[in-house]
Amino acid sequence: MSELTLTLLRLGLLALLWVFIFSIVGVLRTDIYGTQVSRRSQRKSRKREEKSKAKAAKAREKAAASARGIPVGVAAAGAAGSAAAGSAGSGAASSPAPSPPGRGRDRGSPTALVVTEGPLTGTSLPLRGPGILIGRNPECALVLDDDYASGRHCRIYQGGTSWMVEDLGSTNGTFIGRDAHSRDRLTTPRPVEVGTVLRIGRTVLELRD
Amino acid sequence: MATGVAAATAGLDLGGVMTTTVESISPRSRRGVELLLLIIAIGIVLLAWVTVDLNRNGTVPANIVPVAGGLVILAVAVHLVLRWRAPYADPLLLPITIVLNGLGLVMIHRIDLAGGRLGTDGNAYRQVIWTALAAALAIGVIVVLRDHRLLRRYTYISMAAGIALLLLPLLPGIGQTINGARIWIHLGPLSFQPGELAKIALAIFFAGYLVQTRDVLSLAGRKVLGFTFPRGRDLGPILLAWVLAVLILVFQKDLGTALLFFGLFVAMLYVATERVSWIAIGLVLFAAAVAFALTAFAHFQTRVTLWLDPFSPASLERSDQLAKGLWGMAAGGLTGTGLGAGRPWLTPFADSDFIFASLGEELGLFGTIAILLLYLLFVERGIRTALGVRDGFGKLLALGLSFSVAFQVFIVIGGVSRVIPLTGLTTPFMSLGGSALVANWMIMALLLRISDQARRPLEELPVVGASPPATGPMAGEETQVVKLP
Repeated sequence: MSELTLTLLRLGLLALLWVFIFSIVGVLRTDIYGTQVSRRSQRKSRKREEKSKAKAAKAREKAAASARGIPVGVAAAGAAGSAAAGSAGSGAASSPAPSPPGRGRDRGSPTALVVTEGPLTGTSLPLRGPGILIGRNPECALVLDDDYASGRHCRIYQGGTSWMVEDLGSTNGTFIGRDAHSRDRLTTPRPVEVGTVLRIGRTVLELRD
Repeated sequence: MATGVAAATAGLDLGGVMTTTVESISPRSRRGVELLLLIIAIGIVLLAWVTVDLNRNGTVPANIVPVAGGLVILAVAVHLVLRWRAPYADPLLLPITIVLNGLGLVMIHRIDLAGGRLGTDGNAYRQVIWTALAAALAIGVIVVLRDHRLLRRYTYISMAAGIALLLLPLLPGIGQTINGARIWIHLGPLSFQPGELAKIALAIFFAGYLVQTRDVLSLAGRKVLGFTFPRGRDLGPILLAWVLAVLILVFQKDLGTALLFFGLFVAMLYVATERVSWIAIGLVLFAAAVAFALTAFAHFQTRVTLWLDPFSPASLERSDQLAKGLWGMAAGGLTGTGLGAGRPWLTPFADSDFIFASLGEELGLFGTIAILLLYLLFVERGIRTALGVRDGFGKLLALGLSFSVAFQVFIVIGGVSRVIPLTGLTTPFMSLGGSALVANWMIMALLLRISDQARRPLEELPVVGASPPATGPMAGEETQVVKLP
């Protein structure tokens, strides 16, 4: 066996070893799983706001009718928003914002679940696929740090044509409805729509589109 | 009205000043990637195997077909079982294991050739059989254990099994002292190092125990000098682990095993409680034990002298193993002498304790760094699994198992390369020795099982039935009261 062949074999083996390592690292780079938490800063969301303004203007030209359904509370918050975006943000969160049922483009299928009150205010989860499990367990999609929430508190899932909410036998209950006197405790799965408000312990969730 | 529209859409993602979006990302199963990497892995091992014989005899070895066939069958068998039983398991652990195990086999075969041990007389032959057995056991673990959480039921059985396995070599009759350390048992023709399996049993026990008691261990305590120190009565477990480590140190004269177990316990304690004071306490306790061993046993003094000054005439007279290993690695240079072209057999235990030095001589610095990186990637996958899995027991178990591999690599390779005093432990997946191989393959199987749980999309996980509605406002709430000082 010639010296050259042996040298080539020796270096080839090392090269292959490193090719293996780099392919592993390449797989590592694309192997993402678990929960991704992305945070958008105020500036970015302001940019988004402008973008969506432009989009909304277009949409308005296209279908003026759909603009009828804009809730009063949010409109007020929006007016404040041009002056001070920060306070507008919290204002939008705490003011009794969206859709009183039966107006405009209501009864739509929700696409996001937004936390409007409680320690996680501002968190939004996209509604898609199999749905969302909510509770204190780390396995939940929305992990509540709330003493009044159960481990597996409730879930939101796709039942037939609409999204449904079901209480998973929680200790302190899941409440549907905004006002303290009119909300009722979930006992059976119930369909939800855009604007439905859920209360779990100190956390208030709202379905948005 | 236009502003109204804008605000409505903005309100969607303007909950606070910062907007947080939580999305769960489900991975692909990645089994195809695993197959591809397995092909490269087998290619590496076969190329290494051929290189040895070409360098030694100038011919392609006659046994290349059975070796290649066996390797392919082994890898494909585990791969198919993963497709069947754990489709979402980590795709990188198996290829890394195959490469490490294969390179170890090649080096053992190479030392065999130098020693004139051929065919069924060779250590490599025995190691091949052990590899097959280890892979079969790993498959067994993956098939039988459908959910790693079942292991939590055996928390205290694992403790008993682990301690029994550790102390087994001390029994007269079956225990045997080899090279100054009493860590072997002999049953008929079989010799076994039970400490390797004890590693797994104790990792299961530590995980089960700590997931139960971590609240107490992490919350209660008083603050001294910025550290929160635990209460006296919570020190029990760490003292027990320490006593066990000292027993191993005194009666088995094996610093490596003692260090491994105590380190494993302290690391898991730290991860479970997030309290640095446990590491401080552990280090102090271990330093005390080592100081005692140094004054009490000549065995340890020799080790330290050899570590500090391996090239002095007095040291060389006593044992030139470490010095020869270092010379071997130096002779390898950057790219090594080539497999089969060096003289690694000059070092005693060139195929077990010093296999890293042998590989360093023939693969060079590039090869050894590659091997270290493979270990690093293996451990990284284990810790990634621990981060991803959703239950506390699984987290601690995956972390404990990966840490044990990492720490063992550090102790052995640190010893060979003179970072710490040399202690006899096996290089995971590479060293000659069946018990270590079986234990490490089982660790890999457990990590694969846990990673399958961690990576599997939620909708495919079995949904546990909803608990019955409680009556009182707080009924059924599991609350633990921890008294703060």
